[in-house]
Amino acid sequence: MLFFLLKRVVYAVPIALGVTLLTFLLVYLAPGDALNAIAPADAPAEVIAALKHTYGLDRPLPVQYGLWLARAMHGDLGNSIASGRAVRAEVLAAVGNTLKLALLAAGAGVLGGCLLGAVAGLRSGSALDRLATLLSLVGVSIPHYWLGMVLTIVFSIALPWLPAFGAGPDSAGGWVLDAAHLRYALLPAATMAVIPMGIVTRTVRALVSDTLGREFVLALRARGLGEFAVFCHVARNVAPTVLAVGGLQVGYLMGGSILVETVFAWPGTGFLLNTAIFQRDMPLLQGTILVLCLFFVALNLLVDLLQPLLDPRMVRR
Amino acid sequence: MNSSYWNKVAQALRRDPVAMAAAALLALLLLAAWAAPWIAPADPYHGSMLHRLQPLGATGHWLGTDELGRDMLSRLLYGARLSLLIGVVPVAAAFVLGTVIGLFAGYVGGAANTLIMRTLDVFYAFPSVLLAVAIAGALGPGLSNSLLALTLVFVPQVVRVAESVTTQVRNLDYVEAARMSGAGSLRILREQILGNVLGPIFVYATGLLSVSMILGSGLSFLGLGVKPPEPEWGLMLNTLRSAIYLNPWIAALPGAMIFFTSIAFNLLADGVRSALELRA
Repeated sequence: MLFFLLKRVVYAVPIALGVTLLTFLLVYLAPGDALNAIAPADAPAEVIAALKHTYGLDRPLPVQYGLWLARAMHGDLGNSIASGRAVRAEVLAAVGNTLKLALLAAGAGVLGGCLLGAVAGLRSGSALDRLATLLSLVGVSIPHYWLGMVLTIVFSIALPWLPAFGAGPDSAGGWVLDAAHLRYALLPAATMAVIPMGIVTRTVRALVSDTLGREFVLALRARGLGEFAVFCHVARNVAPTVLAVGGLQVGYLMGGSILVETVFAWPGTGFLLNTAIFQRDMPLLQGTILVLCLFFVALNLLVDLLQPLLDPRMVRR
Repeated sequence: MNSSYWNKVAQALRRDPVAMAAAALLALLLLAAWAAPWIAPADPYHGSMLHRLQPLGATGHWLGTDELGRDMLSRLLYGARLSLLIGVVPVAAAFVLGTVIGLFAGYVGGAANTLIMRTLDVFYAFPSVLLAVAIAGALGPGLSNSLLALTLVFVPQVVRVAESVTTQVRNLDYVEAARMSGAGSLRILREQILGNVLGPIFVYATGLLSVSMILGSGLSFLGLGVKPPEPEWGLMLNTLRSAIYLNPWIAALPGAMIFFTSIAFNLLADGVRSALELRA
């Protein structure tokens, strides 16, 4: 068991390094010069050279990567070219807002998906099953940025119940979880929740109906267990996969939040990415992507480590 | 490659009413996109400041007008061209590229396989929306850049499927028999392996069509894809966003088109999957 866990941890290291390399190289996909954002097009050559030297852009690429990586490992992601502020501070503030949204959405989505999927799997072929299948089809087919607009139209314009944008009455967001702030999170979180709900419903439905057909369930029934007790055994078998699927959804939601954040003007990482892309602020772009990806890698690792604790069979396979 | 296999798959698919309805809807959209210049009631680029944001059913504009007074029906019809393109082209490109890389990695095995698959693991460490946004954002806005970004998002996924089925097939007896009878690697890949792995890869790729459509229109929605004034559903959704207070249902129309198309893609993909499973 310990060896298994250790192997997973060691395996995550080259992945994380690969992520830093890819994130670093991303900037060199960009057309033109990294200095376009600050230097005017007709700046004299010596000014450009001085700026390049300041940002370390005059060194060979591998050296730049090494220096960037060393600084990043110490938590220094450089300064935003456009605003001059530390990328780390900007990203940390935004990540909190995005994480709040992703956790609310994943929580609601996984819970809803488990309920729907379990009902559909237990009553296979019933009207409820067909409804759950339809809902999960809608969940995976709907462009959620559009759903966000429709929800805004219904719940903030037609019925003036909820705020249409922002993260709180003081527009600050953060981890205040009182009713006033939650009201702002409700529509964006509901919008995002549709994706994990569709996926979890599909997964749970398939797993439950598959598990119900196994021999051990027949044996349990033969021993005279009631439906509820049988369901508990089935749930125990389905749980590890649901944990894996649901856990990864938090990461996918965080990485994909840019669309929903744009619709609701939510001050998270999506907003930062938007700013970084359109102001061609490469340090900010790199920093935000790096933090989101490393979070995703860490989440993957966490799920991998938790799964065998819930299901010891995984180690033996 | 034997054609009777695919004929039977097509036969099974034809007996699936849901998949056929989805295919019919997609065919209709394709037809509308192709015939847009003849059936569109107005010029999709021509606006009128006097007729901005007309409601549904306005005279001369069945589906109203957008924020610049352009006819919505015409723009939705023309928009099908770019939006369907965004759904299909990256998936087709990733299908070809991913199959080639995956077949190679799976057939060769060993160190080359490890190198390829571990490199792709890095791409897997990016949530797909983030990867698409990052590549498209770094390359800069534009249709071809967003197509390239989506292709790069899908290639590793297709490779993974292709590699895993190829690895399974590679050591089967009939491949061994072909090798012993003196067939070269290319010939084995073409005659023995390709026909047996294409099915699962194809099923996976059809499942990506709706993802590509939603993600690609999403890039346009963010301003990273198609540039104005081209009609494209995601971009229309973006430019109409400011109009949701004035004429909300007009603003929601392009998104409904994306939604229905992506449902059709998903239903067709489900049909293809069960048709292939029936055959297997």
